[in-house]
Amino acid sequence: MSGHKKISIVCFSGDFDKMLAAYTIATGAAATNREVTMFFTFWGLNALKKNQGHSWLGKDFLSRMFNFLMGGKNNLPLSRLNFGGASPKLMAGMMKKNNVASLDELMEAASALGIRFYACEMSMHILGVTKEDLIDDVQEVVGVATFLNESEDAHIIFI
Amino acid sequence: MHFLDITRETCPMTFVKVKLQLAKMSSGEELEVILNEGEPLENVPRSCEEQGCRVLSVEDCDDGDGKHRIIIKK
Repeated sequence: MSGHKKISIVCFSGDFDKMLAAYTIATGAAATNREVTMFFTFWGLNALKKNQGHSWLGKDFLSRMFNFLMGGKNNLPLSRLNFGGASPKLMAGMMKKNNVASLDELMEAASALGIRFYACEMSMHILGVTKEDLIDDVQEVVGVATFLNESEDAHIIFI
Repeated sequence: MHFLDITRETCPMTFVKVKLQLAKMSSGEELEVILNEGEPLENVPRSCEEQGCRVLSVEDCDDGDGKHRIIIKK
């Protein structure tokens, strides 16, 4: 039964391919009866922004510029061979051709499977991102202590 | 009897589709799943049993593609 095996994934990277890896492990784990927590911090937060394109989120000039340049889920770069943002689209096409779930489908599945989403308070503070800027799946904005408490008897994976 | 064909799905959606379908069903209902040999055949039945379901049967579809039919009771 579920409840015994737990996995916590720290989503630090905002790279498209690494986010895919994180969601693949998360949904696979939840579907095979593990309790899954995803903790989004720094660049990983980009995948959770309500506004999926470039937007001027933030509270001062630097944070607004950072957020605009990084963009949201539609702007996640490939960690290798990004070619100015062209590669993620090519990769998405190759995935579709091979019947592999898209990032959107995986994110939807993660939500349906009841995975817990936490966002990192400290990195949100630096980047001037508020809970209202993030999708509703994010249950709480927490610090590292809460994350570690929740992950007490879990395997922690850092991506 | 509910039905699910996951032969065109790839990892991890094979597991995800089965899990979400089972979640929609009531206790005592049955689900027929068509799946490929290898990873899905090895792990879908096991994962179902882990969450308290019973695998009633596993049989080869004999179509030469390695497709199998399993019946799961929630």
